[in-house]
Amino acid sequence: MKMIEVKNIHKSFDGLKVLKGISMTVNKGEVVAIIGPSGSGKSTLLRCINHLETIDRGSIYIEGHAIATEGKDGKSQYVSDREIRKICSRTGMVFQNFNLFPHRTVLENIIEAPIIVGKVDKRKAIEEAEGLLKKVGLLDKRDNYPSQLSGGQKQRVAIARALAMKPSIMLFDEPTSALDPELTGEVLKVMKDLAEERMTMVVVTHEMGFAREVADRVIFMDEGEIVEEGAPSVIFTAPAMKRTEAFLNQVL
Amino acid sequence: MYVMIQERGKGAVMFEWLNVMREGVSEAWMPVLQYISRIIVPMAEGTIATLQVFIITIVLSIPLGLILALGRISKFKILRDVIGVYIWLLRGTPLMLQLFFVYYGLPNFGIVFDSMTAAWIAFVLNYAAYFAEIFRGGIQSIDRGQYEGAKVLGFTYWQTMRRIILPQVVKRVLSPVSNEAITLVKDTALVNVIGVGELLRAAKIAVSRDAVTSPFIVAAVFYLVMTFVLTKLFNYLERRYAIYE
Repeated sequence: MKMIEVKNIHKSFDGLKVLKGISMTVNKGEVVAIIGPSGSGKSTLLRCINHLETIDRGSIYIEGHAIATEGKDGKSQYVSDREIRKICSRTGMVFQNFNLFPHRTVLENIIEAPIIVGKVDKRKAIEEAEGLLKKVGLLDKRDNYPSQLSGGQKQRVAIARALAMKPSIMLFDEPTSALDPELTGEVLKVMKDLAEERMTMVVVTHEMGFAREVADRVIFMDEGEIVEEGAPSVIFTAPAMKRTEAFLNQVL
Repeated sequence: MYVMIQERGKGAVMFEWLNVMREGVSEAWMPVLQYISRIIVPMAEGTIATLQVFIITIVLSIPLGLILALGRISKFKILRDVIGVYIWLLRGTPLMLQLFFVYYGLPNFGIVFDSMTAAWIAFVLNYAAYFAEIFRGGIQSIDRGQYEGAKVLGFTYWQTMRRIILPQVVKRVLSPVSNEAITLVKDTALVNVIGVGELLRAAKIAVSRDAVTSPFIVAAVFYLVMTFVLTKLFNYLERRYAIYE
């Protein structure tokens, strides 16, 4: 089953073309890593999938539901805001800068959306949040404020917060890039656990080790285009394209 | 006498002298205290009018200021511009002039208010403009990531504002709002120009009637007490909001 399908999407910021006709699909249970130099458009691609950015041309489908389709003039047409919210709520997102709510405790950060958006009973929301905190190993921090946590702990809370909405797809936008090197491991471990549970994941990352070990498929992007995609064993050992090879030589 | 003092020693002399001073002083102050006790009732009545203007202004101008702030950053250009002009007018002209306009100017258009009503209408409209700018700044100072974090969790715009953005704005605007509130306590003195019997007016009446200046001192003490209470209140709020970050 296709969880995400984007077709020929184009996106410009003030005349600067950031995405130049990207097409890709993500299947159920698949872990896709998107790698590439900074400015290659990989974060923008991820942000277009869940409507944090709007596309100029092309179409986007999530679990078969269109959020944007290509009109007769080639320009993208979005469905209504309400439908976008409903469809995109099937995706969870983890940001580079965590974006936790600083005025809420760890537990409150996690139960906020289920209660307010999902209309879940508070007691049930707390129960589930505690289960998620246990899963990411932070149950003892439930009453702390985000400012009292390390970067790695914040990111694990952010993952738990996203999971609380029971998404079927998780999007990770450079989840370890803002972390001190010694803290990336604890976050990658949680992500690896998720992958083992067959969560559908799209991960924009600079962690080549993670991409190689955990991803089912690696997409290499450069200058707003997908240059090459394939199994990590192929991409990392025998890339077909020169640009992929040059990039990997730089980062590995 | 001298010998007696010698015998009692230095400390006792000091004590004696202080006693004389105190009796002398309190005798000298007696008429002043009696006078103050006479004027305290009209001044307390004036303070009630002052507090009335203060409370009505705070209670109405903060929500109005918030609505204006949200309009000022909305996606509707016309709304943004209209509110921009409103803020420019209200911040750009003297509050006293606005008082005169509401009390003496509007009757020309058939709109007549008693002096107290005119006073708080002018104050609410004026202070809302200042609060609008404080809140707009506060809202815009919140990191874009907070909106995105809420959006990807499925929050609507209003849910995001109410649950995520505004609670954080409260903390950031506390100190400018406390500034405005303290200024407002003293600005209420302006309403005596349209004949509202507030605290400063009560003092002025006593001063001109009795040809003394002590009512001004009493008025100052009243204002200081009010601003002291406000300062303590805002300090308490700031401490309460300091638990995060």
